[in-house]
Amino acid sequence: MTVMEHLQALAGGIGTTVTLTLAAFGVGAVAGFPLALARRSSQWWLRLPALAVIEVLRAIPPLVWLFIVFYVIGADFPLMTPFQAAVAGLGLIAAAYLAEIYRAGLDAVPDGQWEAASATGIGTLTTYRKVVLPQAALIVVPPAATYLIALLKDSAVASVVGTTDITFLAFQEARVTLEGFEVFVIAAALYLALSAPVALVARTADRLISRRLGL
Amino acid sequence: MSTWIELFPDLLPGLWVTIKLTLLALGLGLPCGVVLAGLSAAPSRWVRWPVIVVVEIGRGVPGLIVLYLVYRGLPQVDVVLSAFLSAGVGLAFSTAAYTAEIIRAGIAAVPVGHREAARALSLSPLQEFRLVVLPQALRTVIAPLVGFSIILYQGTSLAYAISVPELLSRAYNAASITFQFGAALTLAGAMYAVVSLTATALAGARSRERVL
Repeated sequence: MTVMEHLQALAGGIGTTVTLTLAAFGVGAVAGFPLALARRSSQWWLRLPALAVIEVLRAIPPLVWLFIVFYVIGADFPLMTPFQAAVAGLGLIAAAYLAEIYRAGLDAVPDGQWEAASATGIGTLTTYRKVVLPQAALIVVPPAATYLIALLKDSAVASVVGTTDITFLAFQEARVTLEGFEVFVIAAALYLALSAPVALVARTADRLISRRLGL
Repeated sequence: MSTWIELFPDLLPGLWVTIKLTLLALGLGLPCGVVLAGLSAAPSRWVRWPVIVVVEIGRGVPGLIVLYLVYRGLPQVDVVLSAFLSAGVGLAFSTAAYTAEIIRAGIAAVPVGHREAARALSLSPLQEFRLVVLPQALRTVIAPLVGFSIILYQGTSLAYAISVPELLSRAYNAASITFQFGAALTLAGAMYAVVSLTATALAGARSRERVL
């Protein structure tokens, strides 16, 4: 078997890996926001549960979460596909990590900005929309991009419950051709190639922020 | 809760394998990480560049792919390791790459003035490293290293995929015999969480990065 033939066998999984990663990131990006706000709340009954949820989500391995979603929660949803289970499981973990990234972004907006907004009496919603979020959004990009790469790598665990991503197809190809060494090296190269553009975005955003802050 | 108590003795040997795997990967990987960090600051780019490439590959490839490569790829070139050793070597490779980056950053954080002062006092390069750079770098490096160890501890669950009888495998096997997937998997999750959270709390290592 040539490298080209192996590559063709794995190529069918690229779409699944990318969709899975982006879908889980999307779930996390949306669910992480209220979690971050609750985590920063001055009310203990919002802050403490949010803290507990974030810590527990991050303290258990992704593969274990995936198993809990697929085998335990999935028992009540017999139509759930491995792909959906993976999106839900990885999305939950992504919510916790992105919540912490959002929180750091909100914390990075100087106190004076919050105080000025509150002094002008524009209300909480307008404060977030017009003052805080435009500043926090840019700060959040580099760590969020770094996390997206981590999530891309984590997405490989979805193959264990049968999602037909790059890793799953590599596993099959290695078993059929008995050329595991070449096959997994090619799979590794595919993951590196997928993460390269995201790394570029992170670096560019980092430079942009440094310039804006006059560093 | 009563099923948790019944299942606990079944899962405990798995926890022991998980801890042994974590220590093996740290024991093999951390010294390699220190060497890689040292080499990544080498004056010759013929040394520096290959080291940077190895570190970036180690950090960029999914842990699961590395484990498969060691367990299912290396036998093809006549390197046959047991499942446990394959997992240890694979995780050690990732560990070396991540710790190399952590230690490199720790060394880079030591102010240049301190190195210049060491040289002005005519300390030898080894003395400069041992007496001036290392004690300061160690302090900044400890928290991220503990954070990484916790992530590594969680990462050992990947060894399930190459049938190492670690915590997750034990839980899955117990569940497939008794069909108590809910109890077995949540107990395994709790056992991961208790160790992770305790280690985090003890080390005060709040900032963690998702890695393996």
